[in-house]
Amino acid sequence: MRKFRFLTPWIAGILLATGTSAFAKMLLVNGAGATFPYPIYSKWFSEYAKQDVSVNFNYQSIGSGGGIRQITAQTVDFGASDGPMTDEQLSTAPGKLLHFPTVLGGVVPIYNIPEVSEKLNFTQAALAGIFLGNITTWNNAEIAKANPGVSLPNKPILVVHRSDGSGTTYIWTDFLSSASPTWKAKVGKSTSVNWPVGLGGKGNEGVAGLVKQTPYSIGYAELGYATNNKILYGNVQNRAGQFVECTAQTITHAAASAKMPEDFRVSIVNSPGQDVYPVASFTWLLVYQQQTDRIKGEALIKFLRWMLTDGQKYTEPLGYAPLPQEVIRLEEEAIAQIQLP
Amino acid sequence: MRRSSSLNWGDLLFRRVTLGFALAVVGIVLVLAGSLVWNSRLAMKEFGWAFLWGRTWDPVAVKFGALPFIYGTLVTSAVGLLIAVPLGIGTAIFLAELASPRISEFLSFLVELLAAIPSVIYGLIGVFVVVPWVRTVVSPSVSAVLGWFPLFEGTPYGVGLFTAGLILAAMIVPFITVVSREVLLTVPRSQREAALAVGATHWESVWTVLLPYARSGIIGSIFLALARALGETMAVTMVIGNVPEISASLFKPGYTMAAVLANEFTEATYDLYIHTLIEIGLVLFAVTFIVNGIARLMLSRMEHPA
Amino acid sequence: MSGRGIPYSTVRRCFNAAAFTLTGVFAAVTVSTLFFILGFITWHGISAVNVDFFIHLPKPVGEPGGGMANAIVGTGKLLLLASAIGVPIGFFAGVYLSEFGHNKLGFWVRYAADLLNGVPSIVMGIFAYTLIVLPMKQFSTFAGGVALGIMMIPIAVRSTEEFLKLVPNSVREAAYALGVHEWKTIVFVVIPAAIRGLLTGILLDIARVAGETAPLLFTAFNNRVWSHGWMEPTSSLPVMIFTYAIAPYDDWHRQAWAGALVLMFLLLLVNGGTRLLLPRRRVVT
Repeated sequence: MRKFRFLTPWIAGILLATGTSAFAKMLLVNGAGATFPYPIYSKWFSEYAKQDVSVNFNYQSIGSGGGIRQITAQTVDFGASDGPMTDEQLSTAPGKLLHFPTVLGGVVPIYNIPEVSEKLNFTQAALAGIFLGNITTWNNAEIAKANPGVSLPNKPILVVHRSDGSGTTYIWTDFLSSASPTWKAKVGKSTSVNWPVGLGGKGNEGVAGLVKQTPYSIGYAELGYATNNKILYGNVQNRAGQFVECTAQTITHAAASAKMPEDFRVSIVNSPGQDVYPVASFTWLLVYQQQTDRIKGEALIKFLRWMLTDGQKYTEPLGYAPLPQEVIRLEEEAIAQIQLP
Repeated sequence: MRRSSSLNWGDLLFRRVTLGFALAVVGIVLVLAGSLVWNSRLAMKEFGWAFLWGRTWDPVAVKFGALPFIYGTLVTSAVGLLIAVPLGIGTAIFLAELASPRISEFLSFLVELLAAIPSVIYGLIGVFVVVPWVRTVVSPSVSAVLGWFPLFEGTPYGVGLFTAGLILAAMIVPFITVVSREVLLTVPRSQREAALAVGATHWESVWTVLLPYARSGIIGSIFLALARALGETMAVTMVIGNVPEISASLFKPGYTMAAVLANEFTEATYDLYIHTLIEIGLVLFAVTFIVNGIARLMLSRMEHPA
Repeated sequence: MSGRGIPYSTVRRCFNAAAFTLTGVFAAVTVSTLFFILGFITWHGISAVNVDFFIHLPKPVGEPGGGMANAIVGTGKLLLLASAIGVPIGFFAGVYLSEFGHNKLGFWVRYAADLLNGVPSIVMGIFAYTLIVLPMKQFSTFAGGVALGIMMIPIAVRSTEEFLKLVPNSVREAAYALGVHEWKTIVFVVIPAAIRGLLTGILLDIARVAGETAPLLFTAFNNRVWSHGWMEPTSSLPVMIFTYAIAPYDDWHRQAWAGALVLMFLLLLVNGGTRLLLPRRRVVT
C-alpha cells in the first residue's frame, strides 16, 4: 500500500545491518578488565588482527574489578586483572578460571606541581603518609628530606585514587600495606578500598587525566599512562633503601626473586634486592579452563601462544617488561590445560 | 465512539490490538518495578531501612550505606535549583511579558534547544571548561571572602558538589523557562488588565497577580526540573569527584546515586554488592516517581484551577 | 505600562524598570548559555573533524589518529532497533488512548507512560542488563536497543495521543456517516490527517534517545572494532565521547570534541528542523 512506503527505508536498514554479519565472517572475541595493561593489550589486539584476519578481539578497559565480575558472569569471553582473584572469588565462578600472566608492569606515583619539574624521590613512609592523609602539604619534611635541592611549595596535596575496582589499586595498596603497618591495619589491600582521602578517577585513564589537569595533585598509575601523557612520576624507595626509577630493568629485577606458584597468582611488591622497583606486578588474563565455544576457545589459545612469543617484543616500548623466560615456559605448559568442547 | 455491539470483526481486532499495546506499556512499568525490587532483595533483607541513613560505603568490608549518595544527589539538585529557578522564572517573565511575540517564540525555541543537548556533552563542557574555571576562579575567590564558613571551605579541586550543581542548573533551566512561559501566557487578559486598572505598574501586576495565578504551573515546572536533576548521570559523574563522603563544603567532591551506579555497576563482584547497587537504583526510581507525581499534580491544577 | 500621565511614584517606576531589566539579563544569560555551548563545541570540534573521523576505526591506545566510524554506525543501528521497539508500542498505545482511552484504563496507561518517562536512564540500563545481558551472557546491540526503545515509549505515546486528538471529531463523524468502519476511519482518515505531527513526534523521540549514554554503558557496552549483526557489543557516539573525555590522551580529547560536534549537529538538525516545521508548537518533553 502506498501508505506503507515509509516502511521501506526501515526494512532496508534492518536488512543491511543484519546482513553485514553474513558478509564478514569475522569472529569477535570479547574481553574486559584491567586498565593497567590496556595500552599493550590494545596494541596486541591491533597487531594480532593483522596476523590473523579471521578474528577480532574487543577489549574494554573497565577496571580489574569489572573484569573479574564480567568473566564470572560469563558476559565476556576472557577477563583481565592485575589483582589476582581471591579464593572466594574463584569459588563463585561457574567453572575453574585460569590465570595467565601477560606482562610485567609497574605502578608509579604521578604528580603535578607547577613549580617542580624534577623527578621527586618518595620514601615509603612519605607515600603511606600522603595517602593516609597524614602528610598534607608538599613541603612536608618527609618529602623534603628525600629531595634536597628541590624547592617544594607550601601547598596542600590533592590526592587522587581510583573510583572503580582496580588491580592497579590492588598493587598500590599491596605496596602500601607492606610499607606501612598503619596502612595495613587501617585500610588494607584490595581492588577497592575505603580511601582515607582523595578524589576518585575512573580507570588509570581517569586518574591520569585528573592529575594532569589538577595542580598540586598526586595519584598512582601504570608507568605507560605517565610517560604517554607527559606526566611527571617519582622514584620510590625500595626495601634496600635505594630510590629506584620504574624501568623495564628494575621491574624485571623485581620478578627475579619471585617463586611462581602453579596457578600463577603471586605478588612481587616490595621485593628484596638491589635495583628492584618496589611497586611492580604481573597482570593476568582470566580464562575458563573448560571453554564452551570451540572456535572462540581455539582463537584464545592461538592468541595466548602468540602473546607469549611475538607479543613480548611490544612490551618495552610501551613501558612494560617482558615475562621472565621461566614464566613463559610454565605458561606454555599451562595452556595445554584449556579444554575445548 | 461506537458501541461494541455495532462493530464488525475488523474493528474488534483493531481495538484489541491497540488495547494490547496500551496494556503492554503498563506491563513494562510493572516488570521494571518488579525487577528492581526482586534484584535488590538480598540488600533489602541484609540492611533494611537503615540502609538509607548508613554513612559508610565500603565494598571490601561489606558495609553499605546509601546516605552519602542521597546527600550528594540532594545537594547537587538543590544547588542546581537555587541557580535555575530565579534564572528560569526571570527568563520566562521576560519572554511572556516583555518580548514581542515573534522574539518570544524564537528565544523560547532556542531555550528548548538547550534541553535537547545530551548529558554527555554537558559533561564534556563541564570537564574542560567549568571545572578549570571553578578551580582557578570561583573556588579561590569565594574561599578568600567566605572561606571560614563551612559551606565554602576546602582546597580548590575544581570538581565537586558545586560544579555538579552548576552544570545541573544549565540542564534544567529550559524546563522551568519553557513551562513557566507557557503557563504565564495562559493567564487571561482580564487578570492583567484588572491589575493595571487599579494602578499597578507592569512589574507589580506580574508580581501580585500573574505569578500567583500561575503558581501551580510554575511550581510544577520546578518539580519537573528537580526530577530531571535527580536522575542525571553522565554530566554529574564527570565533574563530581566520585567520593562517597558527606562533607559540609560545596567545594568538596561527592557522589550521587546515579553516578555510583554508572561507576561501580559493571564491577560489583559479588551478589550482595550488585543487589545493593540495584537497591540504590530502586531508591532513585522511587524518589523521581514521587517528585514527578507532585509535578503532574501541580500542572494539572493549572488546567483545572480549583 | 507606566505612562499616559499616570502618576506612579519615581520609586515604583524605577523598581519596575530595574525588575524588568533583571529579567532581561536572566534571559540573556539563559540564551547565551546555549550559544556558549554550541560555540565551544564548534570551535574545538571543527578542527578535529576530518574524513578520517568518519571512515576509520579507533587506533590502539596512545597512538594518535583513527576515527569513530564504528561508533557512528553503532549509534545508527541502536536507534534503528530502538525505533523498531519503541515506536510501534508507543504509537498504538497512543492510538488507543486517543480513540478509545477515555476511561479508567486510559488513566492508568497515561500514568504508566508518565512514570516510564521519569525513570532515570541509568536505571533503564540496569533493567536491560538484568533482563537481557545476564540471561543471554552477552553484551549486545540488542540489549542497548531495547533499553533505548523502552525509553522511547512514553514520548511516542503522548505525542501520538496529542496529535490524534488534534484531528477534529467532525472528520471522524464524516467518515462514519459515509459508512466507513471504525478501524478504517482511524487508519486511513485520522492518522493521515495528523501524519505531519506524528512523524515529527517520532523524529524528536529518536533525537531524545540518540544522545543517551548511561543506558548503553552496561548493555551495548563498547567495541574498538566493527560490530556485526545485533548480538555483539557495539560502540556508540555518546559512549565514545564519554570514554575519550575522561581519559588523559590529548588526541582522544580532540576526537571527543569531534564526536560532540557531529552528535550536536545531528541533534540540532532534527530538533530545530522539526520544531520549525510544526505549525503550532505542541512540543512534548
